[in-house]
Amino acid sequence: MSQAEEITDSGEIESVSGPVVTATGLDAQMNDVVYVGDEGLMGEVIEIEDEITTIQVYEETSGIGPGEPVDNTGEPLTVDLGPGMLDSIYDGVQRPLDVLEEEMGSFLDRGVDAPGIDLEKEWEFEPTVSEGDEVEAGEILGTVEETVSIEHKVLVPPRSDGGEVTEVNTGSFTVDEPVVVLDSGEEIAMRQEWPVRRARPSADKHTPKTPLVTGQRIQDGLFPLAKGGTAAIPGPFGSGKTVTQQQLAKWSDADIVVYIGCGERGNEMTEVIEDFPELEDPQTGNPLMARTCLIANTSNMPVAARESCIYTGITIAEYYRDMGYDVALMADSTSRWAEAMREISSRLEEMPGEEGYPAYLAARLAQFYERAGLYTTLNDEEGSVSVVGAVSPPGGDFSEPVTQNTLRIVKTFWALDADLAERRHFPAINWSESYSLYKDQLDDWWRENVAEDFPEVRQWAVDVLDEETELQEIVQLVGKDALPDDQQLTLEVARYLREAWLQQNALHEVDTNCEPAKTYKMLTAIKTFNDEAFDALDAGVPVDEIQNVDAAPRLNRMGVQEDWDEAIEELKDDLTEQLRDLY
Amino acid sequence: MKEYKTITEISGPLVFVDIDEPVAYDEMVEIETPDGEVKRGQVLESTDEFVAIQVFEGTEGVGQDASVRFLGETLKMPVTEDLLGRVMDGSGNPIDGGPDIVPEDRRDIVGEAINPHAREYPEEFIQTGVSAIDGMNTLVRGQKLPIFSGSGLPHSDLALQIARQASVPEEEDSEGGGSEFAVVFGAMGITAEEANEFMDDFERTGALERSVVFMNLADDPAVERTVTPRMALTTAEYLAFEKDYHVLVILTDMTNYCEALREIGAAREEVPGRRGYPGYMYTDLAQLYERAGRIKGRDGSVTQIPILTMPGDDDTHPIPDLTGYITEGQIMLNRDLNSQGVTPPVNVLPSLSRLMDDGIGEGLTREDHGDISDQLYAAYAEGEDLRDLVNIVGREALSERDNLYLDFADRFEDEFVDQGFETNRSVEDTLDLGWELLSLFPKAELNRIDEDLIETYYVEGESEAEAEEAAAAD
Repeated sequence: MSQAEEITDSGEIESVSGPVVTATGLDAQMNDVVYVGDEGLMGEVIEIEDEITTIQVYEETSGIGPGEPVDNTGEPLTVDLGPGMLDSIYDGVQRPLDVLEEEMGSFLDRGVDAPGIDLEKEWEFEPTVSEGDEVEAGEILGTVEETVSIEHKVLVPPRSDGGEVTEVNTGSFTVDEPVVVLDSGEEIAMRQEWPVRRARPSADKHTPKTPLVTGQRIQDGLFPLAKGGTAAIPGPFGSGKTVTQQQLAKWSDADIVVYIGCGERGNEMTEVIEDFPELEDPQTGNPLMARTCLIANTSNMPVAARESCIYTGITIAEYYRDMGYDVALMADSTSRWAEAMREISSRLEEMPGEEGYPAYLAARLAQFYERAGLYTTLNDEEGSVSVVGAVSPPGGDFSEPVTQNTLRIVKTFWALDADLAERRHFPAINWSESYSLYKDQLDDWWRENVAEDFPEVRQWAVDVLDEETELQEIVQLVGKDALPDDQQLTLEVARYLREAWLQQNALHEVDTNCEPAKTYKMLTAIKTFNDEAFDALDAGVPVDEIQNVDAAPRLNRMGVQEDWDEAIEELKDDLTEQLRDLY
Repeated sequence: MKEYKTITEISGPLVFVDIDEPVAYDEMVEIETPDGEVKRGQVLESTDEFVAIQVFEGTEGVGQDASVRFLGETLKMPVTEDLLGRVMDGSGNPIDGGPDIVPEDRRDIVGEAINPHAREYPEEFIQTGVSAIDGMNTLVRGQKLPIFSGSGLPHSDLALQIARQASVPEEEDSEGGGSEFAVVFGAMGITAEEANEFMDDFERTGALERSVVFMNLADDPAVERTVTPRMALTTAEYLAFEKDYHVLVILTDMTNYCEALREIGAAREEVPGRRGYPGYMYTDLAQLYERAGRIKGRDGSVTQIPILTMPGDDDTHPIPDLTGYITEGQIMLNRDLNSQGVTPPVNVLPSLSRLMDDGIGEGLTREDHGDISDQLYAAYAEGEDLRDLVNIVGREALSERDNLYLDFADRFEDEFVDQGFETNRSVEDTLDLGWELLSLFPKAELNRIDEDLIETYYVEGESEAEAEEAAAAD
């Protein structure tokens, strides 16, 4: 969170009810940040009516009473942008949690302010412009090595008028010292601010054409997400939303990952904080934290800060996009964000929409997801923000407002299924309910980079799984043995598709990440089994014998093979040989 | 201290008072009725003209002539190590006839959120001695693992069994080291009979000495129930993070707590959320459940086992639903298993422990734990599915493989789950039992277990198919 420089006006508390405080005598604009009470709790103006200003407070309001002062900063909620955001963990209003721990111990006290980026630390600035150059808003002035993985680019702030560079400084500077001076007298430092509720400007937005490779077979193989795309993961509790999100944060091939824990469990965030520094970034081999920014507003932290954490996260994501990076943002869970809106709305006694959610729920969700996309930045580079939002529908019922309004916007839908989770089929993504509208536009990428026939093989797998679903209904009535041989064999092939290909063990060191080539190759092995098995069946071999060939169960162990290319090739040969031996 | 006699409205548990000096939000209040009875309450809404007060002991006997005093502080719990062995009412007043409590500290009962950065990730296995939990849904220190039950199911017996048997295997070996174990028990709206059952068991097993008990009974005021768990958790945090105890907090019954929330919400004429429960119930429950955990650099821990009865056994009801989204898994009790006489009647399929994976395995429990629990799950799920089919087509119509799974499911319930409330099994026994049952299957069926582990642990001679094959090979 950026530090307020001055107080523009002061008023007095009139009433307090939970996180909602009203004040009188305050001259304020909508969304101004204010400091409430003697302890100076941070809040934001959310309603103005005559004399009375209504404020949502980002901290616990116990013990605050009428008569205490309210100070207005006259500025909207902004975040600090600059080097030092990666490898950090913030609360919902961009206060670094490690700094808060130093200042107030293991428990979160209130009334403590901390800048979002370290103001003391010096960074080595390498200019890429020289005196006399003309620069415009959004242009790159120089670079800073932010982490081992990421080169931070210092940009002309989007609202600057630009001009001619009159002074360039090389060397080590703190984020507030000017590194470039323009002829207009504007001094540009590494730190800039941006109001979180406003999208950062860009030159153009395009249709995404490259997949965000996630390393997860069902997601890459069947329901891909594009770089710059949007996806939703709804699922009842216990279906593995968080593990799925964390897998994406770990293995997706984005340059930068912004992970928002919105109203979720404290221990889960701790797990991320402990795990990520030790994990290797699959792209660079550097620690995963070097490309990650974490935002944690756990479920017991103040509800208003939960409302803002989503915006804090997407603004940081957009900032790195403007440098030309591919950013992936995970929000877990957007339902908690919607509930925070509902809670505040009901304290304001607004007329509720569906299930008590405010009428503007759909609009807010749409605004948020629309900030994703593949963009041409102001300085003509390509950068993208992909957004993956988890949704926690009450009772696992997808017809509730948050899921429904999300589905109207996002183009990839990974439906988690409690039934699958119960039988420990993970990731518990239901293959008949999920979809991806990016499939066709990404096919060219797969053809070029993985295999010419990938879309056809994928379609074969989808058809087999569909047929299985239909056959299962009959099996439920009459039992498997009553089916004709060819259908029994289809069920067997579908079982391998499910167990060997769709299932993926996030806890296994090899299986946890599966590159596209392996995803494809595993699929072809199952198809080899399918083709050879049906040939054998046509040649009169009984289905029992086909099912019992020795090599078949090895299909289930493909995922954990480290030298998979060789192993799968060998398996294919064995399958072919053994099945042909039967006739 | 200023006294007001300006009550303007009394509605359910709420009292509205006109004031002329500011009163802080959440501040404590005493209301004295003309006949001298003093009731305590808390400010729910504070404006410069009036305040809304929630009265813990109920508003019976309060009239517009009652006097109201504001105490100038928020609700605090007096804490000391001497609370161990004591029994208190739902507001923290001793009811066991013992001496007054001399507090070492007075702590705000709302509690502050633990900074996620200061937390230590829970990964120390707690052995409960219950196979369905240890083997399939392992509990670890610092976890919050609720029991989802229904009315008439023996959740209390299971909770007591866990409280009695819970231990950490390694620390038993290394004498003297490690922290002591304590139980904080918070009862909300349970019947006197249930309360007696708990107290008798505590006394019988000598557990009372290391327990702190808070009792809000069914006939105690409902509003007090919103305070009881916070009192209990404040005490638990003190014992854990100041006095290095490993505290197990049992909260029963969370359903009564949520009913109290709804009652207050309705009295305040709030816009209700699902089924009339307040829209902030998620946040409110999170403020309780999230107080479980471990903190870096401190030896103690707070582990929570909240119990809730699902209205109509429906796990999509808002109370279990919101709870499940906050807690790290759930233990599901099942009515059918209960009527079959399986004790504890834990249905392992919908049960889950999210922290299990990090608390088990080599060095923690045993190397085969993860694989074997996966395989047991998968096999039991398959057996369960087939039971539906048997009802339609009969057992004879099923294949040999299917019959094997049906046998397994029966034996799993009878031998693995049904152990009784008095049996205390070590985790090794639990895992060995798992192997014995899984060895019904030929080795090739065990597709979730590493091949090396199968070689080490598979019990030869259990599976007929495997035996036949061996015979054929000879």
